[in-house]
Amino acid sequence: MNTPIIETRNLHKWYSGVHALKGVSLKIEKGQALGLVGDNGAGKSTLINILSGLHRQDEGEILLEGQEVDIRNPKDSMRLGIETIYQYNSMVPLMTISRNVFIGREPLKWSIGGFGILDEQKMREDSVKAIADVDLHLRSPDALVGELSGGQRQGVAIARAMHFKSKVMILDEPTNHLSVKETAKVIGFVKGLKEQGVTSVFISHNMHHVFACCDRIVAMALGQIVLDKPVSETSIEEVSEKL
Amino acid sequence: MKRLFKLALQKPELASTLLLVLLIVFFQILSGAVFLSIDNVRGVMGLLPETALVAVGVTLLMICGEFDLSVGSVFALMPMTMAVLVVAGVPFWLAILLGLALCAFIGFINGWITIKFDIPSFITTLGMMFMARSMTVVVSGGFPPRIKPGQVPSWIFTGFVDDGGLIRASVIWFVAIAVLIGLLLAKTNFGNWVRATGGFLPAAAAMGIPSGKVKIACFMICSVLAGFAGMIQSLRLNSFLPALGEGMELQAVAAAVIGGTSLMGGIGSIIGGLIGATLIRVIDNGMVMSQIDSNWFKFAIGALTIFAVVGNAWLRRRGRAMQVETDK
Repeated sequence: MNTPIIETRNLHKWYSGVHALKGVSLKIEKGQALGLVGDNGAGKSTLINILSGLHRQDEGEILLEGQEVDIRNPKDSMRLGIETIYQYNSMVPLMTISRNVFIGREPLKWSIGGFGILDEQKMREDSVKAIADVDLHLRSPDALVGELSGGQRQGVAIARAMHFKSKVMILDEPTNHLSVKETAKVIGFVKGLKEQGVTSVFISHNMHHVFACCDRIVAMALGQIVLDKPVSETSIEEVSEKL
Repeated sequence: MKRLFKLALQKPELASTLLLVLLIVFFQILSGAVFLSIDNVRGVMGLLPETALVAVGVTLLMICGEFDLSVGSVFALMPMTMAVLVVAGVPFWLAILLGLALCAFIGFINGWITIKFDIPSFITTLGMMFMARSMTVVVSGGFPPRIKPGQVPSWIFTGFVDDGGLIRASVIWFVAIAVLIGLLLAKTNFGNWVRATGGFLPAAAAMGIPSGKVKIACFMICSVLAGFAGMIQSLRLNSFLPALGEGMELQAVAAAVIGGTSLMGGIGSIIGGLIGATLIRVIDNGMVMSQIDSNWFKFAIGALTIFAVVGNAWLRRRGRAMQVETDK
């Protein structure tokens, strides 16, 4: 068997007395599209926040391609190739698309100690290319993200993650607050990831969305994994029962 | 029409520029062409850099999503500290450096407390406003220090640079600093972080921007600029008064807001802050020159501030409504 791209071993997390994660061990294979489902408070967000560097586990290890890693902040997580897309899509509405694509990772013409002049032309060109790569067609990289529809914003967020060569893409409720049409678009993006060999973790409490684009389902309840099956061997009914 | 709205949304300083031009014309006519006379322009240009430098710092900080009420006190504390040091025999340049370092320290404390304890900067800097004002009086020992004319090379900051005696060195300092801060905001990665931090903090944090540090840096820049502006005013007047810059904090906020900067952060521009500051100076001076009862000055600034915020909010709502239209 291949080394899993991401592996967690016995992760625990307490939030001021609440035991939010109770020993979660999970192996995610390369190229897999994993659907993570569970009710509110089941621990999915906690697990994701640990992988994306927003929180740290209290106990347990994370391995990336077999190597134990220490994820202390979002930068660490991104450096390791884990990109997270949140339901609020981590974009600044009043900034342009090209600026949003490069937030925190701006290409610089020259710099001193990490500060420097933005290479705006490269930002424009690369963001246009990145967006075209996910089959999203926008008029201009200078448009404000606030002008885009919800689905388009998620598209840009996915394009951003792809541009930075993510190995694992975590999508945390990316279809929340989206219309049916927009949701279909986002699910299309997630399917596209698999074709490009990117491992994805898709979190949702909408079972239909998860079943539409994932090949493995992991269900969580009360901080533990209660079901882990290939999508072909389970059904929405079975998963719902476990939650 | 749509394009016009979008332009106004992206360039919030546009409306205030228009207003500025209108007001200049208005006062020029009302004052019987005295307003744009050399003598009067000289007077306005003397004061302008001082208000505008404070406004630049406050604008930057507000774009970052924070607020500084202590700038008026820092405006007085920096020159007072410098003057006391000079009187005590410290070399002029070292005294300036120490004064500015003190401002940077105050800015750091403002930012650090705000971030560390997660409290509104409104409160932190309100406290600092009182503390810095008090320190100004304490440092002076109750007696303003006296620096003899010519004892310090104040011409470097306030001397006239042209033969006609129209433009002071302070204008050049101010333009250079404003351009620098403007470029910092528009053309560097730091500027990108400032906008992201003020525009949508969760996104900035999720993308790994050290938003706490970015905010602290903006607090520091804001304080240093306020102190520098206070020093210029003190050197121009050659008097070091503990009451200097009282009310400055709110004028600076008004300038930023009039120039299109949002109180919520994320929106605004340095040029907007400059235009706002110029508007305030123009109204102040224009009213005097037009022999309008100058007690109405604060009324005018207040009304303009409310008008600007209401106008900007309306524009943004229109912008959102427009977005819904394009969705169809």
